[in-house]
Amino acid sequence: MTTEIISVVFAGVGGQGILLASEVTARAAMAAGYDVKTNEVHGMAQRGGSVIAQVRFGTAVPGPLVPPGGARVLASLERIEALRYAEYLAPGGLAVVSTQAVIPVTVSSGQAVYPADAEARLRRVFPRLLLVDAVAEATKLGQARAANLVILGAVAGELPLPAEAWTEAIRACVKPQHLEANLKAFAVGRALAAGGRG
Amino acid sequence: MSERQLLSGNEAIARGAFEAGVTVACGYPGTPSTEILEAVVRFKDQIYCEWSPNEKVAFEVAVGASLAGARSIVTMKHVGLNVAADPLMTFSYIGAVGGFVACVADDPGMHSSQNEQDTRHFARFAKIPILEPADSQEAKDFLRLGLEISEAHRTPVILRTTTRVSHSRGLVTLGERQAPRVVGFERNPSRYVPIPVWGRKMRVRVEERIGEMAAAAAVSPANRIEWRDRALGIVAPGIAYAYVREAFPEASVLKLGWSWPFPDALIREVAAGVKRLLVVEELEPILEEHIRALGIACDGKNLVPTIGELSPARLLEIRAKVDGVPWTAPVPPAEAADLPARPPVLCPGCPHRGIFHALGKHDVIVTGDIGCYSLGVFAPLNRVDTILCMGGGITVAHGMEKAGEKRRLVGMVGDSTFFHSGITGLLDIVYNCGASVIIVVDNRTTAMTGHQDHPGTGRTLMGEPTVSVSIEEIGRACGVRNVATVYPYDLKQVNEVLKTALASQEPWLIVSRAPCPLHEKKPVGEPRQVRTEACRKCKLCFKLGCPAIEAGADGIPSVNRLLCAGCAMCAQVCPAHAFEPIAKT
Ligand SMILES: Cc1ncc(C[n+]2csc(CCOP(=O)(O)OP(=O)(O)O)c2C)c(N)n1
Repeated sequence: MTTEIISVVFAGVGGQGILLASEVTARAAMAAGYDVKTNEVHGMAQRGGSVIAQVRFGTAVPGPLVPPGGARVLASLERIEALRYAEYLAPGGLAVVSTQAVIPVTVSSGQAVYPADAEARLRRVFPRLLLVDAVAEATKLGQARAANLVILGAVAGELPLPAEAWTEAIRACVKPQHLEANLKAFAVGRALAAGGRG
Repeated sequence: MSERQLLSGNEAIARGAFEAGVTVACGYPGTPSTEILEAVVRFKDQIYCEWSPNEKVAFEVAVGASLAGARSIVTMKHVGLNVAADPLMTFSYIGAVGGFVACVADDPGMHSSQNEQDTRHFARFAKIPILEPADSQEAKDFLRLGLEISEAHRTPVILRTTTRVSHSRGLVTLGERQAPRVVGFERNPSRYVPIPVWGRKMRVRVEERIGEMAAAAAVSPANRIEWRDRALGIVAPGIAYAYVREAFPEASVLKLGWSWPFPDALIREVAAGVKRLLVVEELEPILEEHIRALGIACDGKNLVPTIGELSPARLLEIRAKVDGVPWTAPVPPAEAADLPARPPVLCPGCPHRGIFHALGKHDVIVTGDIGCYSLGVFAPLNRVDTILCMGGGITVAHGMEKAGEKRRLVGMVGDSTFFHSGITGLLDIVYNCGASVIIVVDNRTTAMTGHQDHPGTGRTLMGEPTVSVSIEEIGRACGVRNVATVYPYDLKQVNEVLKTALASQEPWLIVSRAPCPLHEKKPVGEPRQVRTEACRKCKLCFKLGCPAIEAGADGIPSVNRLLCAGCAMCAQVCPAHAFEPIAKT
């Protein structure tokens, strides 16, 4: 077991399933015997706003919030949201980013522009970047909503938590009728991370 | 080993109520407090719990339970305590019988609130103790401690959390439920009736109680000094303690969990033992001012921001200032400088959108209120002109009209808000011969805070079926003669009713009724797609501000299938009939 505090930040758009991803991570760390603290955004921001969730684990975690440059992994379910929260990622940390673009209403109503070069920006900002077409992968499994678990599978490869802890955590957090699809989505993400550039 | 669970601060408070033998729990939803009662309801076999129509009612119901001898809690967000301030101030005099804890959640940083008020002021104002947990374990432990203090000192107690305590999870060790107290009200008017002759005696007791509690706070397990290096001592209440411990691992710390009445003995002890004293408190300089009043020099708001919440990043900055070294804030990458803002928006398929769209056709003033429909303030809807507080959507309209505002006034409130504090305002308009058009956007739930039941939904918090109170009937009973009900997805009907109402010189009550699709968990209708060849690029569809309608590079809209709820408002505003249902295959 490690003595340092390991932090993960999940970013995305309210409604994409960030809370589930952070809860599974927290439970997996708990199952592995760590002290855990998390923080999640509820309320107003969940209505399609930009949201983050933070998970920290270690032998003793003082507070729930991740300091700037403190996250071992930054996972984003939307591609430009990864840029918005880039400063959380530690030097050398891994960014796992879904290629999905969710266009804000500020863009459709003509007040702002969605960057056309998002992918190039991601590559410049994150030396260790794993871009995943999570929605396509989840859709292949017949469960487009499980894109969050694909991303989580890719995150898992970077964290010192045993496979059984993840399975136990997913089982505890997901409704039985969605369990199989979610476990598969997680496995797909894990395999992508293992095979892809890290 | 006893069982440990990963609980949010709010869930931990609920667990604490269960273990400490609470039998009555009331509240009104409000971020970040809402999940407390939603977790208490898991114990509904042993704890009576209810969503009350508003915080004042909830507070009074919990007082009744306490006076009957039961342990009770009441939950609300910080601004809810303003609504409940009247019973709070006098219950302080009367004092609790069964333990009474008001769980009040502050929102430093205003994540989901209209202001940043610091509930610690209320504790001092009402002269009652306040407990400030730093994490979930303490949230559970302090709930019990609060009930014990309440009974020992015959006082209501405030358990103050903040967003980061309420919505953070941590490991909590569970315990057994203790037997509830025996209930039976003992008649004793001199104890329970604060008419002046007895109220004056109570007033004296309140003052005596403060000294007794300050002494108890100084030896309470909720407060402790962690002696480390003596060069710097830090006073840190609530979650500030967690940030301080991480940023100043070597410093001595006075950790405060029971912060008022101020534990002067501990403050003096830590101040005497260190070279330099720093107070790190979120929001107001309440402790700092008191410490200075004791004649003790300290740093505080000269280094710690008063506005906004504390964070690890802010603590690093404070640390740099304390150490006297230059501070360079982490800079976001240039690639993130021009990202489009992503404020919260009305969901795809939200019924409120139909009302905002119709209002967009008229030069009227819209006094709005707090709920999902406050999001109508953003472009492209731009249809909310003011927001004050819950219920204010109705009354502010009336005041503007009486001041002589020439444009027609439209007041807008949600269903939960109407029952919370809208009825008295409507009564005022009728009684005082006003003529505002009041629209109740009834989505059959308290949506903004996560879909709680209320007197209109026909269900209680405990899941029992009950009467579904009619907004229209209340309106008629208040004396409103023009009452109409519209289906907000039918834009033609909404436009016609609104036009008639605005043309009249009388008050109107328009109830816009359609359930929140997010709550129903099903689409309103068939999802749409754009026949690109039909589109005339008039951009009228974008005026709906629907997140599912995305702009293509060529100015032609497309519908995001993952998001579309099939409400078909786009089809109704499109002059070219370009939005067609996606054919079932
Ligand atoms: C005094 C007070 N209590 C609670 C809240 C928290 N709050 C914000 S909006 C809202 C209710 C909204 O429900 P409703 O009026 O039905 O509108 P909806 O969100 O469903 O559109 C609540 C409880 C508040 N802002 N002020």
